[in-house]
Amino acid sequence: MKNILKKIGMMLLTMVIVSFFAFLAFQVIPGDPTIKLLGSDATAEAVAELRAELGLDRPFFTRYLEWVIRALQGDFGSSYIYSMPVSQLLDGKLGVTALLTGIAFIMIVAASLPAGLFAASHQGGRLDRFLTILGQVVMAVPPFFVGILLTLGCGLILHWFTPGAFVAPRQGFWHSAAYLVYPAIAIALPRIAMTVKMLKSSIAGELERDYVRTAYSRGNSPSAALYRHVLRNAVVPTVAFLAMTAADIVAGSVIIEQVFAIPGLGRLLLTSIANRDFPVVQAIVVILALLVVLVNCIADIVNQQLDPRLRLQ
Amino acid sequence: MLVNKKSTSFRIGLAIAAVMAALALIGYVWTPYDPAAITGSEKFLAPSLRHLFGTDNFGRDIFSRVMVGVGTTFFIALCTVLIGGTVGTLIGAFTGYYGGVVDEVLMRINDALTAFPNILLALVFIAMLGFGKYNVILALGVAFIPSFARVVRAEFARHRTMNYVKSARLMGASHLRIMFRHILPNTRGVVLPALIIGFNNAVLAEASMSYLGIGVAPPDVSLGYMLSESQSYMMKAPWYVLCTGLVIVLLILGVSMMGEGLRKGGS
Repeated sequence: MKNILKKIGMMLLTMVIVSFFAFLAFQVIPGDPTIKLLGSDATAEAVAELRAELGLDRPFFTRYLEWVIRALQGDFGSSYIYSMPVSQLLDGKLGVTALLTGIAFIMIVAASLPAGLFAASHQGGRLDRFLTILGQVVMAVPPFFVGILLTLGCGLILHWFTPGAFVAPRQGFWHSAAYLVYPAIAIALPRIAMTVKMLKSSIAGELERDYVRTAYSRGNSPSAALYRHVLRNAVVPTVAFLAMTAADIVAGSVIIEQVFAIPGLGRLLLTSIANRDFPVVQAIVVILALLVVLVNCIADIVNQQLDPRLRLQ
Repeated sequence: MLVNKKSTSFRIGLAIAAVMAALALIGYVWTPYDPAAITGSEKFLAPSLRHLFGTDNFGRDIFSRVMVGVGTTFFIALCTVLIGGTVGTLIGAFTGYYGGVVDEVLMRINDALTAFPNILLALVFIAMLGFGKYNVILALGVAFIPSFARVVRAEFARHRTMNYVKSARLMGASHLRIMFRHILPNTRGVVLPALIIGFNNAVLAEASMSYLGIGVAPPDVSLGYMLSESQSYMMKAPWYVLCTGLVIVLLILGVSMMGEGLRKGGS
């Protein structure tokens, strides 16, 4: 319990630093947003007025604290471009991205566990060698290219889905999820290859340990030794790896949303970057980063439960 | 020797990467056609001996454009690794070797920064700096510093207490000499593969950013931008999307196979 609290404490500290960076980054930007909004020939009074309205004239730390307190209440300020609250812009989009990353994550876990176990227990076999080469190739394919191939193959040629015809989860959850399966595959495929490789090598490492020989000598069959003894140990580095890929899955979804024309956080982020609409960019970046920190913390706690040795550190 | 010469994976990877590098280098001085020449009568020609990869929506020769595009990608990825690798190695070396409060603080900051996926960090920098080739290099280079610093720091922290470092110290070697003459060469087994992975991540990030339209912008030619363009003509000219994508895949595959061979040879 003490360990878990400590982890959560560390997580909160990291979150504070993350939010600080996200805030800082958008304070040192060259290019005043007021010029973008008013045009370069605006009068000095108009600029000063707008700066006051946007709160840009107050000291840095005051603005940071205010921003954090408001953000905790779900208020991320107003978009410069759309003149509506950022939270309203985010509404609905967050759910889409969460659903997409969720499906991708489930795919990764569901596919790599059995594949990794299979590869580890058939090591050196022809199928294993084939899978290794296949994995190496799959890892080299950029997710957005997989996405393009899927829209071409499954969408335009086989007509399994209509690219661009995305339904919001609120209007039909299952329709939405069915559409998201393809982008999720694009995100998941290279990750699955990496996870399988990771799991395979950690199982192979564990199989050489003394406790495995002991397990055999006590009459365990190879599969019993694998499932009852090895798996639990081998899964620990894999969980840590999966947590690390959480960041990449989130980043991947930003790109994949563009390929499949999905109106999620990623699309909003890109248009906001193009428009220099910083409150929106800031909010999205912070939300994504906090999600990553949270996932990492959960993974650490899970690993501590799996491997008591980690609780000592 | 670090590299296991017999590793087939390394050899095949090296061959693929060499072909790509050759394409890029030749592309700098000569291409079969002018990559920017628009020929209205030659739109959407399928691959043939005259146009190896066919032509695009403006009648431009895709193979010529791919050659130039690979060059852009190579250049950006190399610069990124150079910036991220040099600065990351310096930070990692000093914090890992000396430890202490500065190390603690920097590593906390590093932890926080790794919460931002590389490409997201780069996007933030691009939002601040604006688009274009050199901004992409700067953004990616800076975004890659934390991950390199982390790898190098871990190695330096591990080597710091080893006997060879102690004896070098006893012989009167300065800290700087120990760090860069003694420890740094010993970390190559870990740092080189990290650089190779970094190179691939940079290729991927550059292609992704250009694909999203926030990276390399025309008139500079980039594989990512070509892919986003080709997506509109997938049914009409499937060779456009396939050839361009295949080159990106080969580039990443070649380099990653080299890295794989290096890693196996090193252990």
